[in-house]
Amino acid sequence: MKALKSNQSTGEVYIREPLSSRLRKDWKKNKTLYLLFLPVLAYYIVFQYGPMAGLFIAFQNYKPIKGVFGSKWVGLKNFKDFFESYYFWRVLRNTIRISVTNLIFSFPMPIILALLINELRTKHFKKAVQTITYLPHFISLVVIMSMLADLTSRNGAITQFLTHFGFTPTTMLQEQKYFLPLYIISGIWQNIGWNSIIYLSAIVGIDAELYEAAKIDGAGKMRQLFSVTLPCLLPTIIIMFILQMGKMFNVGHEKILLMYNPLTYEVADVINTYVYSQGLVNMNWSYSAAVGMFNSIVSFLLVWGTNKFSKKLSGSSLW
Amino acid sequence: MSEEKNVIIKSKKVRYTVGEQIFHAVNVVICTLLSLAVLLPILNILFGAFSDPYEVMKHNGLFLYPVKPTLYNFSLVFKNPSILTGYLNTLFVVVVGTALNVLLSLIGAYVLSRKDAMLVKVLTLMIVFTMYFQGGIIPSYLVVESLGLINTRWSLILPGAVSTFNMIVMRTAMAQVPDSLPESAMIDGAKHHQVLFLIMTPLCKATVAVIVLYYAVAHWNSWFGAFLYLRDKAKYPLQLILRQILFQDETNSMAAESLALSSEAVKYATIVVATLPILAAYPFLQRYFVKGVMVGAVKG
Repeated sequence: MKALKSNQSTGEVYIREPLSSRLRKDWKKNKTLYLLFLPVLAYYIVFQYGPMAGLFIAFQNYKPIKGVFGSKWVGLKNFKDFFESYYFWRVLRNTIRISVTNLIFSFPMPIILALLINELRTKHFKKAVQTITYLPHFISLVVIMSMLADLTSRNGAITQFLTHFGFTPTTMLQEQKYFLPLYIISGIWQNIGWNSIIYLSAIVGIDAELYEAAKIDGAGKMRQLFSVTLPCLLPTIIIMFILQMGKMFNVGHEKILLMYNPLTYEVADVINTYVYSQGLVNMNWSYSAAVGMFNSIVSFLLVWGTNKFSKKLSGSSLW
Repeated sequence: MSEEKNVIIKSKKVRYTVGEQIFHAVNVVICTLLSLAVLLPILNILFGAFSDPYEVMKHNGLFLYPVKPTLYNFSLVFKNPSILTGYLNTLFVVVVGTALNVLLSLIGAYVLSRKDAMLVKVLTLMIVFTMYFQGGIIPSYLVVESLGLINTRWSLILPGAVSTFNMIVMRTAMAQVPDSLPESAMIDGAKHHQVLFLIMTPLCKATVAVIVLYYAVAHWNSWFGAFLYLRDKAKYPLQLILRQILFQDETNSMAAESLALSSEAVKYATIVVATLPILAAYPFLQRYFVKGVMVGAVKG
């Protein structure tokens, strides 16, 4: 290793050893390091790659008594069944509707908040706004969803408040038309502060000289915002956008399971809740694994595609 | 770094134009309203929990202060034995789970930060891949089942034993330690585990604090794992008990008239009891939480 290094620094040409002998040397040198890693490796193999391997039940008619090796192979039947079922369009529509609405309304909010917080002049007020808005991120979903149910019940505070504007009191979570707004608003409420941190730290990192230069050129606050702050924030925004795109098909089941009820299934059932109810409530293991696999593959392609697209377009990418 | 900048800007004695003054006033109003919108529903629960149950039943709108303050609601909460077992179960998972999480994350982060070992690149790729592609709930359930973990507390600990995000945060911190430190220790005859626990861990203790907090909060707040894997009510963690109390209360409260009367206030008190540890610790630990986001952001 030492010899190789000195060769490199003097710029001499040297012949690389074959891979196998380099690996052998590496193993000799780093054996204890790799052995130390074993428990972590075991975790990833069992609990991350294990379920990935387990996806092959999607091509079976898996029966727990027969086991994975005794169950019958059915090829793509489960996928076909899903694409042809009534639920395919329902869960796809709901998933995309929630994701797109989220992208339009929830995604820009933390960026705006970060810009606003950054402009606050009193240090203590700034600190207070940050402390307060970060807080809901740490409250459990169970609690937040029960708060939501309480506030929007027939005589809940929000419902009562809305009656001043001609709203007819009703249990809002039992009405299909309120599901999406409540989902989005509660999401913003919980995450706006926390998600603004990353933008705020990017803003703080912007070189102050850029602002000085802009001021000398006569740029006002607005001009500085559009010509300095936003362009400097763009890489961060793009990275967050890619991550968000990757989640397009992955609307989480935990929140919806706590929020929906038979009256709102029609608009609230998304791919992940469908996977849950088909697999673990109705015990259609293979079918539900197929739906989950469809979701995983589409999600992966989406991250990969957006990443590639943005690399070409702007040079910002995840990898 | 940011504070330095603030000082420079302040010392320059800036003069604001009228437009800027107006913008600033509007900004303060918006931020105040937003803070209120976040804070009021939380205070509502807190004040409701300390209010007289009859008042809570009659009350419309948000509680801005406790009405006829009383601790009665809390006495009812603590009479519920499942709250206490839930608390103990959650404590077990938080303590044991977080200890295992942090141990594995430290090991993983240390190995992945050793760039001179050849296999590290492959291992990193293998691990990062799992952030973008997962087997999903059904195959995960089958894995947990085939290991015989169903209805054991380990089902709440082992399937999430490492969070890839937290481990990468830890690795980023370790990668910033100058190579010369671990190298000179190795030359002095230290083994890898000694370098990890005696040199790297103390050097990165701020980041260790961050991931301890992340893991602990995640364990405290999680309910879905328990909902999937546990059958036995005696093993339910607090959040699952909470879910039963908060969401299925209509059927329960029908049975007991007096309970129905106070159920709203007792619900509030239950939420307070279950969330208090986090809310109490939060103001003191906030800077650690925030630091984690920043470290994680260095390399997404």
